[in-house]
Amino acid sequence: MNDEMIVFKDFGFQYFEQSEPTLHHINLTIRKGEKILIAGPSGSGKSTLGNCINGLIPFAHKGKITGSLTVAGIETKNSSLFELSSKVGTVLQDSDGQFIGLNVAEDIAFALENDCIEQKEMIERVRKTAEMVGMDTHLAKDPHRCSGGQKQRVSLAGVMVDDVDILLFDEPLANLDPKTGKTAIELIDEIAASGKTIVIIEHRLEDVLHRHVDRIVLVNDGRIIMDDTPDNVLAANILTSYGIREPLYLKAARYAGCEITADMKPASIETIDTEKLRSPLKYWFEENKGRYDAKERKEMLEVKNISFSYDGVKPTLDGINLTIHEGEMLSIVGKNGAGKTTLSSILCGFIKPDEGSVLMYGEDLSKYSISERAEYIGIVMQNPNQMISKTMIFDEIALGLRIRNVDEKEIEKKVDEVLKICGLYEFRSWPISALSFGQKKRVTIASILVLNPKILILDEPTAGQDYYHYSEIMEFLKRLNEQGQTIILITHDMHLMLEYTERAVVLSDAKLLADEKSYQVLCDPDLTQRANLRETSLFELAEKTGFSDPEAFVECFIHYDRRMRADENQNVLLQSA
Amino acid sequence: MKGFSTKAIVATGLGAAIFLVLFMYVKVPSPVPETNLQLAYGVSAFFAAVFGPMPGFLVAFVGHALSDFLTYGSPWWSWVFASGVSALVIGFGATKIGTAVEQGRFEKSEIISFAIYCVIANAIAWLVVAPVLDIVLYSEPVKTVVLQGIVAWILDSIVSIVIGGILLKAYASTKTGEGSLKKNG
Amino acid sequence: MKIRTFSYSQLDTFVHRLSGLSKLVCFLLLTSAIMLTYDIRIILGIMILSFAMMRVAKIRYSQIRLMLIYVMAFLVVNFFLTYVFEPEYGVQIYGTKHVLFSFGGSYTVTQEQLFYQFTKLFKYLSVIPLGIIFVLTTNPSEFASSLNGVGVSYKICTALSLTLRYFPDVADDYNTIALAQQARGVEMSSKAKMTERLKRSASILIPLIMTTMDRIELISNAMDLRGYGKHRKRTWYARKPLKKADYISMAVSLAVLVFTLYVRLCINHSIYYNPFI
Repeated sequence: MNDEMIVFKDFGFQYFEQSEPTLHHINLTIRKGEKILIAGPSGSGKSTLGNCINGLIPFAHKGKITGSLTVAGIETKNSSLFELSSKVGTVLQDSDGQFIGLNVAEDIAFALENDCIEQKEMIERVRKTAEMVGMDTHLAKDPHRCSGGQKQRVSLAGVMVDDVDILLFDEPLANLDPKTGKTAIELIDEIAASGKTIVIIEHRLEDVLHRHVDRIVLVNDGRIIMDDTPDNVLAANILTSYGIREPLYLKAARYAGCEITADMKPASIETIDTEKLRSPLKYWFEENKGRYDAKERKEMLEVKNISFSYDGVKPTLDGINLTIHEGEMLSIVGKNGAGKTTLSSILCGFIKPDEGSVLMYGEDLSKYSISERAEYIGIVMQNPNQMISKTMIFDEIALGLRIRNVDEKEIEKKVDEVLKICGLYEFRSWPISALSFGQKKRVTIASILVLNPKILILDEPTAGQDYYHYSEIMEFLKRLNEQGQTIILITHDMHLMLEYTERAVVLSDAKLLADEKSYQVLCDPDLTQRANLRETSLFELAEKTGFSDPEAFVECFIHYDRRMRADENQNVLLQSA
Repeated sequence: MKGFSTKAIVATGLGAAIFLVLFMYVKVPSPVPETNLQLAYGVSAFFAAVFGPMPGFLVAFVGHALSDFLTYGSPWWSWVFASGVSALVIGFGATKIGTAVEQGRFEKSEIISFAIYCVIANAIAWLVVAPVLDIVLYSEPVKTVVLQGIVAWILDSIVSIVIGGILLKAYASTKTGEGSLKKNG
Repeated sequence: MKIRTFSYSQLDTFVHRLSGLSKLVCFLLLTSAIMLTYDIRIILGIMILSFAMMRVAKIRYSQIRLMLIYVMAFLVVNFFLTYVFEPEYGVQIYGTKHVLFSFGGSYTVTQEQLFYQFTKLFKYLSVIPLGIIFVLTTNPSEFASSLNGVGVSYKICTALSLTLRYFPDVADDYNTIALAQQARGVEMSSKAKMTERLKRSASILIPLIMTTMDRIELISNAMDLRGYGKHRKRTWYARKPLKKADYISMAVSLAVLVFTLYVRLCINHSIYYNPFI
């Protein structure tokens, strides 16, 4: 009895402002020292579940609780946020927002300050905790000079300093590049070894399973669908139907017609028994290889020898050369600070390069003002809220045209056209606030498309989105691309590169490191290392099953997968028509 | 600020940061030569209406004081304080408007009373507080002070009403429910 | 947009070693002294003291060049405005009239007016180094804790500390949003009508406020989860304990203030020092 840390008993919760409960009849027990992954699509209630554990519900977000939830023996609804926060440490998704202090040490000390701990003791405890997460040599660093991974370590130290029993991670991978994410999972695993109870809420299953997890709790629609070991959950083959991405190596195995059973240990590419996979994969590869056709494309945009430095000392971009072709969809990848955003700012004319030029069909774009240039190259920001300034969808999309004094009749025609392309026509009289994130994203894309730019740049278009919404946004962009729109995606999402863009440009430390096929980038250990990516598990699968040319296997998978998804979408379209 | 929620405190801190950024960097030329429209007063009016008088006061006071520290090395306290007072008074007047906005309502009656509060608040700040403090603290000559006060009163009232009003309207619109919407065919 | 921040530099000088609390107290005491007097002798005295402190704190000209330009511009405008609106103010104060020269008929320049205006000029000028010293030598996080030390509610101190923490982020946000809107055609510098200009600037402010509202929600959750507001008091990691030098500095500043008041009340019998009688 004593080792039960978190016990939900027939637990339900309904937010005051909502008409339906978000959680129904939850029964779940988590024991001391266990490491649990709670997975589910957005809106499934998994974050609500987490907020019930840390006390934000019902103390910061009000609502009606039914049933019972005890955390470390305390019935939460009779407790307080303060009492619960001394038992549960929460690391939030956005570690930038969680970094409250003006430097590392101060931020770690925040909880101690609130507890009126003496300065002397505080300094000692901060030092010790910082050591645990490897930040002890950065105590005076301010948040602007910390990398994403370092910020997350600080967040972790900030909750561990209180010596909590339970650590709750709310989508810890959302804002990290793949390599940093991998390190984060390893760090969480090290902490788990010290006996803490760990709850991870995340929909990126494959990345979390890089290290051992005791159980996966699959949540959908406010209910627990499955609560079992990772091997059993993966063997059950139900993830995709609940909007969660299945690990790629398993997808490949299923394409090859293999049955996945729990005794194969499918939880990780490192543990999976590939004996039974070998011959089906070989056979599938021989059947499907080489069935790809490349298009000839005309050159469109030429980036010539661009260099730029913010401070005149350290280059942010150093001699970048790049050609973009008509109708292409490509990704620009690289770790934070590699110069991706700077390059897109230069393309849009927001900043002037110190050297070099940007030519569109041979015409130098530097003579245009920022707003004139938007008719050649348009950019869509990561967060739609950074762009939306009108209440109504129509007005938002029309903004750029109205400022350009286009005739109102003409505006109506153009906006309607774009609304149709973006699948928003039926919503045209809605207020923007009633739209979902994905729909808002489409409004911002529409507001740029209406200016008819030759190239569309999107900054992290799917950041923070689950598989379902990711697919929704990307399929939309794919259709747009198929209609001839040239698209550049700035991203560090490996799936996005692999699944949707033929070509990837890799920036690292101000230089252009590679410009090749996306799957080639993700099969090159040295390159992935330098760009803060990681190799795809498909590559490892191919190596483990004895393919002499793993790259060819990955290439084959990518094309096969695209055909499968295209068929699937075709079916969906036919059904809905 | 005893009994203030964490949210109000965070809003105060971030509101002051916005005020500071706008006050220092964003110059929108006004019709009066050599003067700018200070968009920041629209922001402090917004925070005062949504979060109340004290957060509003601090947004403008802290934002203005820090801006002075960074630009001139030392704050001109009488005007810094007057900035705070303008938001404070709006905050006191607009408590009902704040509640309405939280429920998604910022219509004609709210707009009119908001505008009236803005005019009164800016009058108190720039026609009373600033000149009196200028004379008492800095012994500035009366005429100069009053003339500057009148210009500030007019310009800042306009900014508070227009910018503050637009922001409140936009914020209120995010508070409407999704219930009754239908797709157009 | 180049962002000016509190470019606090970590040096090891007498001024840097002082606690933020005592620097704040000294700053307030000395600026009050200047505020309360129009005696050029005291003003020059404090000015020399504060410039000396700038030397001690090893503040370089390059750090304050920009501020000086703004201050000079302000002072010049103020100097002329004062003369234009109140050319006889000096005469009124000092009760005598020594005309130096006159122009344009009724406009005269008197010794009294010049003395008054230069006193005022130095009055403003002498405050500047004090503020600069405070800003450039105080660790921002210590600043919040020191305010709490002089009795300001810790919730206000947290708000201030959050302002300093998120100010560069908000400036970045503003920049990003402004550029994105500019690309759509929103420009404020144009010759549009004033209300039009305000409306256009709103298309930058709305996204800025909306993203900030989201951020407020996030940060306050993060603070709640780490026990913020648990007790009526709170300790500060960044606070510096007071040392002997701190007490001495505060005592000296207090003495200056008391002396100023003494001169005003018992010697000059007025806020002004009158050399004309």
